[in-house]
Amino acid sequence: MHTHHQPISENNVFDTIILSIPFMFIIFIFIMAVYMANKKYQRWPVYRIVFFIVGILCIASALIGPIAERAHTSFQAHMIMHLLLGMLGPLLISLSAPMTLVLRSLSIKHARRLSKLLKSAYVQFICHPITATILNIGGLWVLYTTDLFSMMHSSIIIYTLVHLHIFLAGYVFTISMIYIDPTPHPTSFYLRACILVIAMAGHSILSKWIYANPPAGVESTDAELGGMMMYYAGDEIDLVIVVILCYQFFKGNSYWAKKAHLLS
Amino acid sequence: MQKRKSHTDISFNIWSGIFFGLGAVAFIDEAVFHQLLHWHHFYDLSTTSIGLISDGLFHAFSWFATVASLFMVADLKKRRVFNFKLWMGAELLGAGSFQLYDGIIQHKLMRIHQIRYNVEIIYYDIAWNVLAAILIVIGFVLIKKQINLIKK
Repeated sequence: MHTHHQPISENNVFDTIILSIPFMFIIFIFIMAVYMANKKYQRWPVYRIVFFIVGILCIASALIGPIAERAHTSFQAHMIMHLLLGMLGPLLISLSAPMTLVLRSLSIKHARRLSKLLKSAYVQFICHPITATILNIGGLWVLYTTDLFSMMHSSIIIYTLVHLHIFLAGYVFTISMIYIDPTPHPTSFYLRACILVIAMAGHSILSKWIYANPPAGVESTDAELGGMMMYYAGDEIDLVIVVILCYQFFKGNSYWAKKAHLLS
Repeated sequence: MQKRKSHTDISFNIWSGIFFGLGAVAFIDEAVFHQLLHWHHFYDLSTTSIGLISDGLFHAFSWFATVASLFMVADLKKRRVFNFKLWMGAELLGAGSFQLYDGIIQHKLMRIHQIRYNVEIIYYDIAWNVLAAILIVIGFVLIKKQINLIKK
């Protein structure tokens, strides 16, 4: 990240290896936690381990290596990075149920403390679908329609904060829509459905806006392709969230049947 | 008692069909007119901002509607109250309504994009909207017929 505007060299490869250590460490911690939890609880499903590892790799490849380097000069690369960091990575990580694993790994005392925090008004507020959508989609609108985008490329602090926000907002948005981990304050399916449609609309409108109004310092063809990438790839990832949201609502309990039964 | 229960099932069949029709038209619009024929443009610079918003909302809703409608079909089938003809009628109604909205409001009033560029557009517009109206009429007739059959 410190070496932008340089061709890929041995030095960069070395940097990439050093910078990838934290991500390797996170994966290592996760696998250790699974190993420990399996001793006490029901076996942790393998697919969750796979989702977690691939999710972390999405984030790592967004932040370090060739895509991240090209993202400084190419808007299309920036968009791939954005999709990996803010959409696909958070989705895969949330599907791996990390909070469940953390709660299993902690001692009872600490787990209670954590679950108290998760039930707090602050977390409830942040994880409400409306707040999460404003943080996620609103944040993107601010990034691409103001000077923040060009400021980000000249300051390492702003760059780091923006990318941290993209990931966290993407994660909070995903867990506000689909419930994989324990959710102390669930909201109704209809509310989530409406907000999800608005969020998807906000995302696709922004991608068309970028298509027509390139951010500062981005060439128009680059912005056009980047905008279309955002539009179509964003759809695919949002579609997964839609399917899971509907699946969770319709599965087994046959809500409509119950409603019909109540009316009869 | 029994009548009210079947009444809700009729409306679920209809809503599921309408949602699926809407999603199907949006999908055909995207796959055929945008991707295969390249008649529609991704963004036409004469688009009004309300047009962009309308397009974005309908685009998002059509994805959601497609998925939700199929889950509704699964639920109706599981409860053995799925009525294919009724559903088909509702699908045509939903498809026609969305196509009419797309053809009149989105293409003409909001100027999202035209059906095709560098051609005499009026014939395309007429064909588009007449087809939409035919779908709506067939849909209505099918629904009416099925409801009459159920009520007998």
